[in-house]
Amino acid sequence: MAKKKTPAINSSSTADIAFLLLCYFLMTTTMGSQTGLSRRLPPMPEKDQKVDDQKVNRRNIIIVKINSADRLLAGSEPIDVSQLKDKIREFLTNPTNDPNLPEKEEIDIEGYGKYPVSKGVISLQNDRGTSYHAYIAVQNELVKAINELRDDFAFKNYGKPFIQLTEEQQDIAKKAIPQNISEAEPKDVAKRR
Amino acid sequence: MSRFGGSKNKEVPAITSSSLSDIVFMLLFFFMVTTQLRETENKVIVKLPEASEVVKLERKDLASYINIGTPTKNYQAQFGTDARIQLNDSFKSIDDIRDFIAAERESMSEGDRSFMQTVIRADEDVRMGIITDVKQELRRCSALKIMYASRKTE
Repeated sequence: MAKKKTPAINSSSTADIAFLLLCYFLMTTTMGSQTGLSRRLPPMPEKDQKVDDQKVNRRNIIIVKINSADRLLAGSEPIDVSQLKDKIREFLTNPTNDPNLPEKEEIDIEGYGKYPVSKGVISLQNDRGTSYHAYIAVQNELVKAINELRDDFAFKNYGKPFIQLTEEQQDIAKKAIPQNISEAEPKDVAKRR
Repeated sequence: MSRFGGSKNKEVPAITSSSLSDIVFMLLFFFMVTTQLRETENKVIVKLPEASEVVKLERKDLASYINIGTPTKNYQAQFGTDARIQLNDSFKSIDDIRDFIAAERESMSEGDRSFMQTVIRADEDVRMGIITDVKQELRRCSALKIMYASRKTE
């Protein structure tokens, strides 16, 4: 009897099968990560805490209101979304030291030195009937204004846009131009309950 | 010297392709592990609003999602066309957010809890009323890091 030789299994097609599966998972994988506007909500005030103990000087605050028809009111005048960015920029930079615009405070930033940091706070108020996309558009404009100011700061001091700075430099820029957006306590909620 | 002389049987050896499948399998496993198939079914229609200044979500595993929108066609008979909140796999009300956040927090490791982020995925046509309610509830649960999910535009 001749020795029975087991024939080798042809394995050249396993690669094809694996490729097929690979392609399937490549297609279905969602590498694109979730994007959005990041925010920090203010903590709930304590029950016995006085509401008005954090009074902000009137000149330091700009109130942006959106009504139920998605119309905008910044400060005291109605404006369009496209104008909001420049309005906020002017508010935060206060180039002429206008007494009606926010004051600046010399703050010693670690690793940089003294910088006049604006005390301005943007207060965003909305109606229950405001549409979400109008709200996001306004939020976006506010962030855009602040990002542009940070970019300006980065160019002036480091000659590079903000995203190309090192982490420490970014921190300095963030301290110099803080993102003070307050999403105000909803007023109509209390009325409803 | 027969070792160097034999030019007769000088054949190009076939490249073994047996390891090819191993490499491909390795890639395959990588993608299988990293892929996360949609674990929850979308019961509300969410068309995200557009924004240009978006940032990326840093830690996907620390995010919990709140979907807000109108129910999809096959649920409209049951739940109507008003904007509803979807948590995990079912329609919920504002009051359920507290439990949802507590459960999400519980599932995270101790050190990660402070980095927890809540992603609000709301349809661009919903009214702010419902979102304000959600935000107030989140503040009450002290889940303060939030993100308004939006699509990037130029």
